[in-house]
Amino acid sequence: MQFTLKVWRQADREATGDFVTYPVDDISADTSFLELLDILNERLLARGDEPIAFDHDCREGICGTCGCMVNGFAHSHERETTLCQLHMRSFTDGETIIIEPWRSRAFPVLKDLIVDRSAFDRIIQSGGFIAICAGSAPDANATPIPKEAADRAMDAAACIGCGACVAACPNAAAMLFTSAKIAQLASLPQGHPERIERVKKMVSTMELSGFGSCTNHGECEAACPKGISVNFIAKLNRELIRAALWG
Amino acid sequence: MLDAKIPAGPIEQKWDTHKFKLKLVNPANKRRFHIIVVGSGLAGASAAATLAELGYDVSVFCYQDSPRRAHSIAAQGGINAAKNYQNDGDSIYRLFYDTVKGGDYRSREANVYRLAQVCNQIIDHCVAQGVPFAREYGGMLANRSFGGAQVSRTFYARGQTGQQLLLGAYSALSRQIGLDKVKMHTRHELLELVVVDGRVRGITTRDMVTGELGSHAADAVVLATGGYGNVFYLSTNAKGCNVTAAFRAYQKGALFANPCYTQIHPTCIPVTGEHQSKLTLMSESLRNDGRIWVPKNKGDTRPPDHIPEAERDYYLERRYPAFGNLVPRDVASRAAKGVCDEGRGVGPGGLGVYLDFSEAIERLGKAAIAEKYGNLFQMYAKITADDPYEVPMRIFPAVHYTMGGLWVDYNLMTTIDGLFAIGEANFSDHGANRLGASALMQGLADGYFVLPYTIGDYLARSGNNPQDTTDGEFQSSREAASARIAKLLTIKGERTPDAFHRQLGKLLWDTCGMSRNGPGLETAMAEIPKIRDEFWQNLKLAGSPDGLNQTLEKAGRVADFIDFAELMVIDAHHRTESCGGHFREESQTEEGEALRDDDKFSYVAAWERSDNPAQPTLHKEPLTFEHVLPSTRSYK
Ligand SMILES: Cc1cc2nc3c(=O)[nH]c(=O)nc-3n(C[C@H](O)[C@H](O)[C@H](O)COP(=O)(O)OP(=O)(O)OC[C@H]3O[C@@H](n4cnc5c(N)ncnc54)[C@H](O)[C@@H]3O)c2cc1C
Ligand code: FES
Repeated sequence: MQFTLKVWRQADREATGDFVTYPVDDISADTSFLELLDILNERLLARGDEPIAFDHDCREGICGTCGCMVNGFAHSHERETTLCQLHMRSFTDGETIIIEPWRSRAFPVLKDLIVDRSAFDRIIQSGGFIAICAGSAPDANATPIPKEAADRAMDAAACIGCGACVAACPNAAAMLFTSAKIAQLASLPQGHPERIERVKKMVSTMELSGFGSCTNHGECEAACPKGISVNFIAKLNRELIRAALWG
Repeated sequence: MLDAKIPAGPIEQKWDTHKFKLKLVNPANKRRFHIIVVGSGLAGASAAATLAELGYDVSVFCYQDSPRRAHSIAAQGGINAAKNYQNDGDSIYRLFYDTVKGGDYRSREANVYRLAQVCNQIIDHCVAQGVPFAREYGGMLANRSFGGAQVSRTFYARGQTGQQLLLGAYSALSRQIGLDKVKMHTRHELLELVVVDGRVRGITTRDMVTGELGSHAADAVVLATGGYGNVFYLSTNAKGCNVTAAFRAYQKGALFANPCYTQIHPTCIPVTGEHQSKLTLMSESLRNDGRIWVPKNKGDTRPPDHIPEAERDYYLERRYPAFGNLVPRDVASRAAKGVCDEGRGVGPGGLGVYLDFSEAIERLGKAAIAEKYGNLFQMYAKITADDPYEVPMRIFPAVHYTMGGLWVDYNLMTTIDGLFAIGEANFSDHGANRLGASALMQGLADGYFVLPYTIGDYLARSGNNPQDTTDGEFQSSREAASARIAKLLTIKGERTPDAFHRQLGKLLWDTCGMSRNGPGLETAMAEIPKIRDEFWQNLKLAGSPDGLNQTLEKAGRVADFIDFAELMVIDAHHRTESCGGHFREESQTEEGEALRDDDKFSYVAAWERSDNPAQPTLHKEPLTFEHVLPSTRSYK
């Protein structure tokens, strides 16, 4: 197969970037999207050009490192797929593909397709945990947890923190990410003691980090490679009301 | 001779006695000790969080943009513990027994016993952190089975157990970062260790965004940098996994143990072509419900549903009736290679066997299978464009885990004072073959419940270690790192780092992979120095040392892989017996099973660097077995 790639190139955080066009040919349909970038990079390097910088690690859809906008969609048009799980058989031969980094004030571009997502870590640091020290836990089966609650917690916990939700949102809000962690911990009895403080602190950190606010577009759920549901955002809002009433 | 410092006394009491004898650091003094943890996977994140909870001053480094992305995130199947919640006869002793036997009698009994002792606490702690393990309708924790065990002792969170455990450890670490007890350095790569007079003093790092080289002093350094499976180029490891930190430690005098013990996992998605950049695991847990088979006849190219039952060979069930599809990984991988070598493999190139769920789907229903393995089936479908609910998966063995690693004593300290190694980076608990679901267990045991005790003893004995990082050894370490980077960038040859890495990987897979023999290893020993020579004369890079430069990072890692590969084949060559994942063709039973030579090789091979990389010095730690007496492993 062959493609025309229009790729965002930006030397560093301060530089102004631009699209550069690269034709690539001789690509097998079984090649993954990141392997396509690998191949292009090998060719660029061979002729002495600097390869395109892009983030990736596990290449199996779980670490959340990869991600960029493909033809205007976070991780591409394919549903519930991370960029590393995308294969070129999902494109048509001869297609032009536009590739650019996540766009959000809270995620500054570091180079080419790589952005700084440390704002996500700061949200977790402010309250996305259960405060327990190693050694102090009771027996794991001491508190039965209904299967439905455990399953709901797991549905929320499946978030890989890739940032696609922010990139897809017209307001660049981080509500899906934040709500998934809050919903996970609020679904479990262990999470209850810190419930009020947690939602307040995480939401306030989120607001201070430069993310926009949620106006219920739902683009986040559509872009999420793990299919995290917007119902968790409703859950977050209920937790906030609860905190306002009882906090 | 190497002293593993194994405490005296009955095995059941060793750890408790030892813990009592360990010196304690006064709580008020703990914050005066600075500990560096390199790595934020299960081992590193759990250790860093726990050390900070205890009151130490901790700094953590990782190469990813967030500690949550360490490769532990990719573990799928589960984590073992001897809870015996299933009432099926499990116990600490049985987990200990299975692990020593599974490791083919090449691990240290005392370490394994301790692992089995502390693992139950891991499950308690993780549940308390909010890890959403799978549960039964009554609200109790669910379990499944893994290879090499006849009890059901594996805890899991769908097919994402590593992710959930790591997010638990990451949340504990994040809490400490938020409290300012841990200083987190993401996108920082360790390039050198600073060692003076046999004691570690700190590390030299490169900020992968700015390119700046930095010095960090500490009273103790913990390496939790994971395994080196990527030396083979293609493996199930994440692309960034590397041997650099461990190999730098080796270069500075730490002993490297059993580098040739690598685990080839039987169930991975087969290679499709030259473009392939990594391999994807299909969790061992699938062997609970999937049946492995190939056609009985050579060259049978009919689609699987056209091959009648009578013409299928469920070769694991046939050869190992007691364990069936759940034999340990080394046995299952070799059996798969065997049937493919006979010409009965399936799929392109005949390098594959079927993993078939049709019977389980019929018995339990599609929904039940989807609930247990849904995300794995989805992952498979995305890569292959086949639907495993409809057609059997095609799988083939791939490099997955490395049992070898930095040699550590019972306290998890390397032979460099104050330098500790935990998780996959050390060699300690799995012998020559790791059983499924026990790496997560070991990483978290080391980080939450072992290292936090033993490191205190070291610090209490050795005291503070204040350092000036502006000159002396720190300065020469920065200069060495900077000179190496400059050298890599000025070669200006013709071949890319990836080209060298592929070449090295292929050589190792052919000569030091699933099966090994003397002449093959000798070829590798002759070829590797040539690859190294060419690398340093003909490498091509672009960009500058200042700023983000991924090819430069890659080149540094490949350079270390090449040097390390030499050590690996030397070790494989010297061990003329077969054991666990190390299969020497010269040493097999009539039925083709691995044949150990306990008289000659019942020891840990710990290598010390020498000026001639082709002649490292071998130190032996003898292994003695008082409880699980070596016999030929039988899974029949
Ligand atoms: C696909 C897959 C599935 C698996 N499934 C299971 C399972 O079901 N059960 C099980 O028990 N085991 C499983 N394993 C094995 C297990 O996941 C690993 O052995 C374990 O997670 C390793 O943890 P770790 O903390 O030692 O290292 P890692 O998680 O690999 O972490 C290494 C850390 O070190 C850092 N690092 C590395 N090098 C440097 C450097 N030079 N400078 C700075 N930082 C560095 C990295 O940034 C990272 O933070 C699986 C492994 C794979 C590959
Ligand atoms: S590289 Fe890990 S999710 Fe894509």
